[in-house]
Amino acid sequence: MLKVRELRVAYGGIAAVKGVDLDIADRETVCLIGCNGAGKTSTLKALARMLPAHGEIRYRGDDIVQWPAHRLIGEGLALVPEGRGVFARLSVLENLAMGAYCRDDRGEIESDLQRVLGLLPRLEERASQLAGTLSGGEQQMLAIGRALMARPKLLLLDEPSMGLAPIMVQKVFEVIQTIAAEGVAILLVEQNAKLALSVSSRGYVMDSGLIVLADSSAMLLDNPKVREAYLGGE
Amino acid sequence: MDTLIQQIINGLVLGSIYALVALGYTMVYGILGLINFAHGEVVMVGALTALSIVKALAGTGLPGPVIVLFGLMGAVPVCMALGFVIERVAYRPLRNAPRLAPLITAIGVSIVLQQLMMLGWGSTYLSFPPLLSTAPHSLMGASINDLQIAIIAVAALTMGGLVLLVQRTRIGRAMRATAENPSIASLMGVNVNRIISFTFVIGSALGALAGVMVSANYSIAHYSMGFMLGLKAFTAAVLGGIGNLAGAMLGGILLGLIESLGSGYIGDLTGGVLGSNYRDVFAFLVLILVLVLRPSGLMGERVSERA
Ligand SMILES: Nc1ncnc2c1ncn2[C@@H]1O[C@H](COP(=O)(O)OP(=O)(O)OP(=O)(O)O)[C@@H](O)[C@H]1O
Ligand SMILES: [Mg+2]
Repeated sequence: MLKVRELRVAYGGIAAVKGVDLDIADRETVCLIGCNGAGKTSTLKALARMLPAHGEIRYRGDDIVQWPAHRLIGEGLALVPEGRGVFARLSVLENLAMGAYCRDDRGEIESDLQRVLGLLPRLEERASQLAGTLSGGEQQMLAIGRALMARPKLLLLDEPSMGLAPIMVQKVFEVIQTIAAEGVAILLVEQNAKLALSVSSRGYVMDSGLIVLADSSAMLLDNPKVREAYLGGE
Repeated sequence: MDTLIQQIINGLVLGSIYALVALGYTMVYGILGLINFAHGEVVMVGALTALSIVKALAGTGLPGPVIVLFGLMGAVPVCMALGFVIERVAYRPLRNAPRLAPLITAIGVSIVLQQLMMLGWGSTYLSFPPLLSTAPHSLMGASINDLQIAIIAVAALTMGGLVLLVQRTRIGRAMRATAENPSIASLMGVNVNRIISFTFVIGSALGALAGVMVSANYSIAHYSMGFMLGLKAFTAAVLGGIGNLAGAMLGGILLGLIESLGSGYIGDLTGGVLGSNYRDVFAFLVLILVLVLRPSGLMGERVSERA
């Protein structure tokens, strides 16, 4: 599904991602953990072509490293950005419609909308409300729902738990697991390493722009270094 | 004749024109955060293009309104193309430049367009052939002619159409999403450059329409007419809250009314010291008052710099 080699991103000469290799198989859920400033968001933005990058990003056979961002979603690669990025002045339904912007199969879009609203019932109650008036958790649900409206094959999620109350975090992760069970490949970036590892099959640990560990989630959860640095030393 | 009603009618006509031009400023500002000071010149190009077509057809015996319609049908595509080219050539290369650069470029584009049009159309005032009926109908003690009725009606219909486009269509939704956050819009598959071009093209089409209306209504066109008209329409956009479509419409109508009523009564109010030739003062008084008292305009939410 995705094969990344030697990915590099720099902000005006300062390197943020310094040669990252990643692989994601079909239907696989993989997480990318690391502390603040490790370069996780920069990596995802590069994958979603929101930042100029060097290296190889092979997505379903094509090297997309030079593609413009707007070409990706039509090919099934969707990003739920850090901080959600819902369109505050568009209604919930309009935000969802934006997710299907590239599609022209009207009937299918309508049935996907019903499916997304079924998966995220809070959105249904607030369908005509402006997205900017939703709570943080609802906005996160909306950002995920919006990405689902594109029928993604690979979903990139940047810190979906950020700023949410524990109960909401749990709900968001239940939704992520449902999506994964439907066969969507997922790359999950999280600060909440324990939770991320618990829903993924493999994990990458990032530090200062490099992947410093790559292993199965079970092994990472047991790894003493990971436990100490990212799991609060439990 | 009832002066108050008459000034209100004149104000609505003028205001309809200001509103159409103000929409061009506000749409571009909403998406790019850029004040396209060359927009007034687009209006002028529309007026002069239409004028030439109308003059060429004036002797053919076609009915007046049909000739003016042909003028409009020529001016609109010319201005759409011009708006498209201005954005591509003058603004797109400066997309990530400091804000002052595109502003200065806009002024440069204005000067270039004025001079080019002066070369082609000369520097004298050109009169618009009197093809449209100006026979007055009386309305509540005042008078209104067919052209004035047409201007108000066409402007209202056009603005209604624009609202539908922006609020109800897929591309309109993409425009609003892009205005709010272009990089997230591109994640949704929106080709942001195409939306920006589209915005310039639509704004320029409205400008062309306004240009034809002004020159037909005041029977005159000139290579420098875009400057004052542009500045006043910009004032209208600021009055309504720049970036806000409904604000531009409201600001345009209000400014037309203020200018018309103000110049109608300025003689009485100042005991004859100032006459209606001071009409331009009102627009700038409004601009200054808005900038001092309510910089976000009547309907604007915020004027903070966008990140
Ligand atoms: N727009 C930017 N301009 C300059 N430097 C940036 C920019 N965005 C990020 N950086 C820098 O790049 C590095 C990686 O940032 P990034 O946002 O990718 O980290 P992260 O792993 O997502 O962190 P967090 O967990 O806090 O979200 C940091 O040192 C950051 O300061
Ligand atoms: Mg981040």
